[in-house]
Amino acid sequence: MLDDFMVRAALAGIGVAIAAAPLGCFVVWRRMAYFGDATAHAAILGVALSLAFSMSIFIGAVVVALLMALTVNVLSGRGYAMDTLLGVLAHSALAFGLVAVSFISGVRIDLMAYLFGDILAVSRGDLVVIWSGAALVVALISWRWSALLTSTMNEDLAYASGINPKREQLALTLALAITVAVAIKVVGVLLIAAMLIIPAAAARPLSRTPEGMAIAAGLIGMLSAIVGLRAAYVFDTPAGPSIVCIAATTFLASSVIKSLRPAG
Amino acid sequence: MSLVQVEDLSVRYGAKTVLSRVSLRIDKGEIVTIVGPNGSGKTSLLRAIIGAVKPSLGHVTQGSGVKIGYVPQKLHIDETLPITVSRFLKLPGGVLAADIGQALMQAGVPDLSKAQLSQLSGGQFQRVLLARALIGKPDLLLLDEATQGLDQRGSASFYQQIEQVRQDTGCAILMISHELHVVMSASDRVICLNGHVCCEGTPAVVASAPEYRALFGTGTGGALALYRHDHDHGHDHGDHTHDHKHTEAAE
Repeated sequence: MLDDFMVRAALAGIGVAIAAAPLGCFVVWRRMAYFGDATAHAAILGVALSLAFSMSIFIGAVVVALLMALTVNVLSGRGYAMDTLLGVLAHSALAFGLVAVSFISGVRIDLMAYLFGDILAVSRGDLVVIWSGAALVVALISWRWSALLTSTMNEDLAYASGINPKREQLALTLALAITVAVAIKVVGVLLIAAMLIIPAAAARPLSRTPEGMAIAAGLIGMLSAIVGLRAAYVFDTPAGPSIVCIAATTFLASSVIKSLRPAG
Repeated sequence: MSLVQVEDLSVRYGAKTVLSRVSLRIDKGEIVTIVGPNGSGKTSLLRAIIGAVKPSLGHVTQGSGVKIGYVPQKLHIDETLPITVSRFLKLPGGVLAADIGQALMQAGVPDLSKAQLSQLSGGQFQRVLLARALIGKPDLLLLDEATQGLDQRGSASFYQQIEQVRQDTGCAILMISHELHVVMSASDRVICLNGHVCCEGTPAVVASAPEYRALFGTGTGGALALYRHDHDHGHDHGDHTHDHKHTEAAE
């Protein structure tokens, strides 16, 4: 069954959707959308460094994404507005990454594969990396779930309950870096943030509890991956962007459902 | 044995000293109110007591087994986070459904457990926060300007609820309030804070203290009035200096 590239692609897409769903909810609740973007853009620099030193792209992307996230954490609140800081860092990291890739001689690198993903070329080895990464992210977030949720509601309430919100933030940052690294192959660095935010945003009007929203986001993400791949096959369109288009369509549908219904 | 003892507490944010050598203690069952102008370190003091900010000097000691309930100043719940009142009260976990029901009852909002947090009015929200603070059956309740954003009726009814809670549970209360008329009628003790403890004592003693008058004016014992706020009093500041030149209006 795994011999079929479409099956491998679907499994890769589902893996990423599962990791991105609970994390994406926190990204939405904590208003970290641009933070996710910056972390994802930095990953291209990680890809360049991995290729230069011929090590695993997954490791390189995780390390650089993590460094990026920690840099933002350290620099925030030091004289620049958060959106300015993220704008500077996200685009600088992307630009440095692109320049760094151009220095790598020998192999001709298909840059498009890293910017927009190359889900149809997912190997069995990639699948192992994606599913292990997704399992790690889901395990980490499930383990810290209540503490993360409390910290997200209010930092002082977290302190009063004996939770250190700074430590929870670190767990979230780590989960984000891992998700970015596993999602590169599937949707590429430019569209990773879309996989985080769009399913979670689409799930919001359909949910009454935080857990319900995470599960709904997961289902929407998986549906988008499967339908998006099918659409890409039928219409001969790029796979990663097609998946995001389907996710965006579900967001539209759920927004319409919300507006047709009394507030609740 | 006091519930909480604060000794020689100083708090700095970067180069800015917000609290300088503050000492105080809260005993069982008493109502203590902290008053002081904006930026006088009131919130920092409460945050130091719950451990959210590390003292740069001095320390905060809790009596053994003392439980603290904390009602924060304001809480913005993002509309994108769907959560019911009862789920919010269960966080971070290990809370029994019966305790949630009882806390909501004590806070005066027994019917809200299934409501969405983002749909509550300001007054309802404050009561839910109060319920959350009551869940652990606290010996000490910390309230940071709990009636901010409520109208006068809402605020009066909130304070009545607090009084009811104290009668029912006998817990001590340490609160920050801008509403001087409430403070003066309800507190056992008032602490006047302005980076340091300016003066403290029973409401009557504090109201007649020159330090208090310098901060809050004379006349009505601090009732609702516009007051001049000159900070021209002098007393021992140690190594701590702050700006004494502004003029402010009170609520």
